[in-house]
Order: sequence, then structure tokens, then C-alpha cells
Amino acid sequence: MNDWVIETRNLKKIYKMGEVEVRALDGVDLNIERGSIVSIMGPSGSGKSTLMNLLGCLDRPTEGDYILDGVQVSQMNDDQLAAARNHMVGFVFQSFNLLSRQTALANVELPLRYGGITKGRKQKAIEALNSVGLGDRVTHRPTELSGGQQQRVAIARALINDPAIIMADEPTGNLDSKSGKEIMDLILSLNKTRKTTIIIVTHDQSIASQTQRIINLSDGKVVGEEVPA
Amino acid sequence: MNIGQAVIEALESLNANKMRSGLTILGIVIGVAAVIAMLAVGSGAQNTITGSISGLGSNLLFVFRGGNDDVRNPQPLTRGDAEAIADPFQAPSVALVAPYISSNLSVTFSGESINSSINGVTPEYLEVRNYSLLEGDFISEENILGRGSVAVIGVEVADKLFGHRDGLIGETLRIEGQPFRVIGVLTPRGGGAFGSEDNIVVIPFSTAQSRLIRRSSDRVDFILVQVISADLVNQASEEISQILRARHRTDLGADDFQIFSQQDFVATAQSITNVLTIFLGGIAAISLLVGGIGIMNIMLVSVTERTREIGLRKAIGARKRDILVQFLTESSLLSMFGGILGIGLGWSIAYIVGLIAAANNTELIPVVGLDAILLATIFSTAVGLFFGIYPANRAANLQPVEALRHE
Repeated sequence: MNDWVIETRNLKKIYKMGEVEVRALDGVDLNIERGSIVSIMGPSGSGKSTLMNLLGCLDRPTEGDYILDGVQVSQMNDDQLAAARNHMVGFVFQSFNLLSRQTALANVELPLRYGGITKGRKQKAIEALNSVGLGDRVTHRPTELSGGQQQRVAIARALINDPAIIMADEPTGNLDSKSGKEIMDLILSLNKTRKTTIIIVTHDQSIASQTQRIINLSDGKVVGEEVPA
Repeated sequence: MNIGQAVIEALESLNANKMRSGLTILGIVIGVAAVIAMLAVGSGAQNTITGSISGLGSNLLFVFRGGNDDVRNPQPLTRGDAEAIADPFQAPSVALVAPYISSNLSVTFSGESINSSINGVTPEYLEVRNYSLLEGDFISEENILGRGSVAVIGVEVADKLFGHRDGLIGETLRIEGQPFRVIGVLTPRGGGAFGSEDNIVVIPFSTAQSRLIRRSSDRVDFILVQVISADLVNQASEEISQILRARHRTDLGADDFQIFSQQDFVATAQSITNVLTIFLGGIAAISLLVGGIGIMNIMLVSVTERTREIGLRKAIGARKRDILVQFLTESSLLSMFGGILGIGLGWSIAYIVGLIAAANNTELIPVVGLDAILLATIFSTAVGLFFGIYPANRAANLQPVEALRHE
């Protein structure tokens, strides 16, 4: 019996541009095992961003089912989706997306605030920053941090609610190779030590080959899977 | 997110754009200050006008000629009417009666010439109008009988003609070329309901009537009646009406005279100054509206600029309501700060207007009422909320996917 954290059945996303239908996703069946680290690859236009948006509960599918951590997500309304993102999904973006006016601590705390948690927020945020090795940068603002450090803050923010999955969209895309490698090492070690399911969207083969499973996407369909050596 | 956090975050974000926030607040400041100052000046003017009318005395009645439009050929009021009203058997509620005629004439003294209100009165006028004298005496019964060429002058006349206010008894001034001996100087009264009460020359009624203000058949301009006490005003008014109806032989309901009490004047003046205040406040409110549009404008810019931030907040779990509250808090804070500063500025403007009025010898003390402050606060916050709703809604309804993709 497999423990799937993500199950999709015939997932479709169709955009209507006037008369023309664009099938960004055209029937994706996907199971991802809890605690695994998976990468999604594909050329641009293959639908991998759309898939990431759906798996990250940022958008609703036109058709099909998506069950995240045992919860049917595909029929949720906006506020339910917001709550699902808050509790079950952590995001790591290519461009970090930190609030520049706020300290690292406040940035990491933000999901707890929207989650309505009032007690122990600061403590939890400090722990999360410690776990990404930024315990000494708590009061710094993003502008005072290097790219690699900013991405660590973003990872701490993604971790704070103990989400079922972390969606990482080109997490090393804006970093030099050295800090890129450090971030990748951090992500891999989080997967190992905390057993967090991590899904990396990338078109960098060297990143993808470090994961346990590569899902190849083309024209809105899963066209193949491989397990790197 | 609770309100406290929302306020702190909003303050941080407003603080990040100090110049922009400051200018937006300025729009509201000007609007609120204008409203406060205008209302203050309006109610100050009202107080001054009603105050000077109240200064007439609450037991005073004014009897004028002329009724409503239906009455044809109203008979003039005469000294005979005044004497009849003074009869204690016919009008037991009446204490004193003072007939009055007046005209603006030129008054000269050794080359100096001014225009002044010449009042022909009887000795009762002193008490009825509650005048007092700096020096000398008022018009006496002998002056009336002898048509004496004597005058009691107001301080403005004294200042302009003689340059000083004392030692004027015995001086001779000329009214329309005719010599009058000064027998008294009135104490200053300031501006009044009927113009300056200090630029007057009081002379005997009989002298005025026969030599300066020629009126046919003992006509008077109006009759001032002092009632025994303030609660008898209505009764006295009824007694006077009956006397005049009998003397003028008018039908009931077709009176050819009108009786005003102080309350009537106050009510009229109040309705006029209310209109004035609303008018001034309304014009000022337009600038508050413009300030509100400024808020909307800047909030729209802010929403566009921060689209990515909104997308990120939504991605990590902010609901529509959270975003809505965030932006509404910002716009409300802008207008609230504007409101508070505007009240201060409006207060200062009102104070300065008061100083300017005082420097020009006009008695006008602007009143910043609690009602004006409440009105301005509520109105400006409402403006902030109202004009914040549209931008905030736009932010709240952004789709996270599109917001995150925004450059």
C-alpha cells in the first residue's frame, strides 16, 4: 500500500482565448509518494507551470480530480484554497518573493499570521531560520542579505507551517552556481531529515538528476518518467 | 490577521513611501481644515449676530409699520400711537415706550465731516436701549418740549470729529449745517444688529422731526416697547396689537403693523447664518472630496505596484478578506491622519481669523465645536473608506497566479 501525498486523476486545464482552446494540461494522472523528492521537467509551453499552479493550490483545474494529503482540492472556493495553501503547501520561488520592508523574521512569520496563529510565532520563526542556517540574520531585511541567504529565508518561510508539500519553482535559477549548490544541498537535506515532500520544477538537468524521480511533461501530458542513477 | 497587526503593517507600508503618503494626507488635511475653519467662522458669526440681538434685551418689542402683502395703504405709525401704547390702562404690561426716527446725515466739526446715523428719540430711549453715558446727560423732557438743539454722540463720532472722547460737553457740531450742542457721550457698544452702535448722534425727537428728518403727520420709523418682564412679552404684544387695530381701524387679521420680539430677530438671524454656514461648509467639503479622490488615486497606484506582493501574500495563505483589510487599513489611516492634522490646522485658521477680526475691531470669535470635529473626523474617515474600497477590492480580487506572474 503506497502512501500518496498527491494524487491526480485526468487533470485538465483549458484556457479559452476567444474561439481557440488552449489545453495547457490535457489529462495528467500523477501519484507522488509522501516524503519523496520529485522534479518536473519539460520545455517551455509544456504545461509545467500550470501543473505547478494546480499542485500548489494556486488555481483550480478545468476538469479532473486533485487530492492533496487526502483532501479533495479541485472543487474548493477561493478562501478554502487560501487555507489549503497556508496549511499544506510551502512555496519557494525563483525570485525569492520576500517582502522587502520586513525583517527575515517577519517574512518567515507571515504564513503563521495568515493562519491565525497568535502564540509562539516568533519562536517558531526563529527555529525555522535556525534550521536553514540563518539564526544570526533574524533582524536583517532582504536587501541586507545575499541571494542565497534570501532563498534560505524563503525556504524557512515555506517550512514554517510543516506543509505536506513544498513547491520549488526553479529555486536556483537566480543564484550563482556556488549558492545554487548550497540551496540544492539544503533542499535535499530537508527532504532527508524532515521527510518533507518536495517538488522541484526546473529545466536544469543537473538539478533534476539530484532528485529521486523525474517527471517529463510535454504538450500538457506526462510523457515519461525516469529514476536518476 | 488581527487589526493591530494590520495597522502596524499599514504604517510600515505608508512609511516606506513618505513623500507619497504625505502628499495624499495633505489633500485630506486641506479638506478637513477648510471644513473646520468654515464651520467655526460660520458659528462664530452666528454667535456674534445673535449675541448682539440678544444684547437688545429679552423684554423688548419692536413695532413696525406695514403688514403682510394683502394690506393696502398701511397707515404710518405716529407719536399718537406711541402715546396710546404708553397708557398703563390700555397696556398694563408695557413699561416704557420709545418712538424713533432715524436718517443718515452729515455731521461736521471744524472742517471734519462724517456720515452718521441721526436718531430722534425721547428720554425713554436711554433706558429702553440700555445705554449709558461716558459723560454728560441724555436727552431730557425739556429738550423735547423746547426742541432743543442738543446732541448725545457715540464714541466713533467723538473719535472721528474731535479725536478724543472726553471734555466734549459744550462743543458745538453741525448736523446738515445746523448747530447742535454736545450734552453727552455714550459708552462704546461695538457693532450691533443695526450697524455700528457707536457711529450715532442722538437728538431730541421733536427737533429731529421738525428740523432734520421731515416726516409728515407725526410719523415715526418704529416704536420700541419695553415690557415689564420677559414672560409678559406675548401679552404685551397682544395689548399693543389691540390698541393699534383700534387706532388704525383695521379688520382683525389684516394688521397694518408688525411686532417683533428679540426671539423673532434671533430666529431670523439664525436661519440666515445657518444657510451661510452650510454654504461655506459645503464648499469646503468639496475640497475634502477632492482629497478623497487623491486617496483613491494613490491606492490604485499602490495596488498596481504591489501586485507581486499581493500574489505572494495570497500564495502563502492570505484570503481575500486579509488583502481587503490590509488596503482599507492603509487608506483609512491616510484619511485619519489627514483628519487629525486637518482639525489642528482648521483650528489654527479659525483662531487666526478671530485675530484678524479682532484687529479690525469686528467682534467675531470663531467657535470650533465638538460637532464640527466629530463631523470632520467621521466624514474624512468615511471618505478614506469609501475611496479605498475600489482599490482594495481590486487588490483582493487579483488571481494569485496572475499576480505572481506580474512584473
